[in-house]
Amino acid sequence: MALAFPLLAQAQGGRGGAPAPPPANPKAGAPIDLTGYWVSIVDEDWRFRMVMPPKGDYEGVPMNPAAVKFADGWDPAKDEASGDLCKAYGAPAILRQPEHLHITWQDDRTLRMDADTGTQTRVFHFAEWKAPGGPPTLQGDSVAQWETARPARGSPPHGSLKVVTSHLKAGYLRKNGVPYSENADLTEYYDVLKEHNGDTMLVVTIVVTDPQYLKEPFIITSHFKKQDGDAGWKPTPCTVKW
Amino acid sequence: MTRTQVSLNVAMFLCMGFPALAQIDLSGSWASKNHEDALERGAGPNPGDFTGIPFNDAGRAKALSYKQSQISMPERICAFYSQWHMMIGTFGIKMWNQTDPVSGKTVAWVIGAWEDRDAMIIWMDGRPHPGKSAPHSESGFTTGVWEGDVLTAYTTHMLTGYLRRNGAMTSDQATITTHFIRHGDLLTVAAQLEDPIYLTEPYYITRTFVPSPTVINSTGMPCIPGDEGVAAGTVPHYLPDQNPLLGEMMKLYHIPQEAALGGAETAYPAFRDKIKDQFTPPPKCERNCAPRN
Repeated sequence: MALAFPLLAQAQGGRGGAPAPPPANPKAGAPIDLTGYWVSIVDEDWRFRMVMPPKGDYEGVPMNPAAVKFADGWDPAKDEASGDLCKAYGAPAILRQPEHLHITWQDDRTLRMDADTGTQTRVFHFAEWKAPGGPPTLQGDSVAQWETARPARGSPPHGSLKVVTSHLKAGYLRKNGVPYSENADLTEYYDVLKEHNGDTMLVVTIVVTDPQYLKEPFIITSHFKKQDGDAGWKPTPCTVKW
Repeated sequence: MTRTQVSLNVAMFLCMGFPALAQIDLSGSWASKNHEDALERGAGPNPGDFTGIPFNDAGRAKALSYKQSQISMPERICAFYSQWHMMIGTFGIKMWNQTDPVSGKTVAWVIGAWEDRDAMIIWMDGRPHPGKSAPHSESGFTTGVWEGDVLTAYTTHMLTGYLRRNGAMTSDQATITTHFIRHGDLLTVAAQLEDPIYLTEPYYITRTFVPSPTVINSTGMPCIPGDEGVAAGTVPHYLPDQNPLLGEMMKLYHIPQEAALGGAETAYPAFRDKIKDQFTPPPKCERNCAPRN
């Protein structure tokens, strides 16, 4: 199979044509277009996402006893007093918020995702990017790569974006204090799907692993609808009570 | 390996044809973790929870008239088992491809039956959907195409069924577009349900399966109506404004009735602004609170 990709590149060059040159950079080689405005469709886990879930509501999350103990002690007033308002807006949880996303190319090798809720920014680095080091952050260090499908002859390119995020500051998977630790890692797959009615959907498969607080990887999937423009875009600050 | 052998392998590889290369293997036993919508995909949703469903007035009225005993009616005993049940049911799936014995080409992808849910056969051979007046069934009729490495299926001709297992219904005009996306050991399924009778816009849900450590067998027969004691000629129901379970979501979670009754706007972020002043979180969780075992 190691032979496969050069051969495919040659075949796609056309009859008797020269092999297609490799893309100049990740932006040029993007098999899907993630850029633009997207709005979350919240029809799953509604009561955990659209309103504040009650203390002790942990349904569905594979928490270990240490996580339950931690979450049982959750006190939003303490978070508020300490000014730590964005714990539920970190990379492992941000795509569960009801929100709008704005995705743009920051440069040819860097994709940027802004979320209006909590006014958060994630940055996806392609190629040989080196993390700057320093203390862990809310959005962590994200390394991205295209997973390109080998298309049928004449078909447009197709594929997914894989993003692996580490070096995360501890936070909440849900607003009611369900924790993830600094040992957590996040793997995401971004797929763009064209629907029967003409909608374009962004489906993100999210896998959170955390040996400190999870018994098994926490696997969820969030979906967003493409918007024509920035309708509804409304940056808001983080909040711990709503 | 000699240079001749390499050339031969190259030639064989090119003869395989590129359309086949776009197809990936979806076969296997896939378990559902149900980390999201855990109650809905487990024991079943709370009564009166229609949050996020893009109901029109008819869809909402239909849901509010629902009484649990309806599923004991011979006419409705199988209504849980449309193809939508794959998206909202609790179980994993067994998936395989059916090949033509002569050409070896994949004729269909099959998601095996589970108890009362019939198999989903995704025809890949280009056959058309039946005409409008063709009979409907719980499983409906499904065709599929590869879009890159995503298998996209389109289902029509289903009987009326459940959108959510608490009385939210789909009509026999509903259709489903289902995408099967494999990322290594993850199988993500995204489905868009369109229903001109009960919905104002499509209902969209997604779920992810993982390899099952044990074989999931394709078992059971399609649902067969039986007698569960509902007298012939009666339809258990609630009359308008008389559904006693309407306040369940307010009682359990303080979720305003306006949200619990669904409607397209309840699925969008802006809806939070609308209900913000009506909501105060309950002091603690009272039911269905435990994390996943």
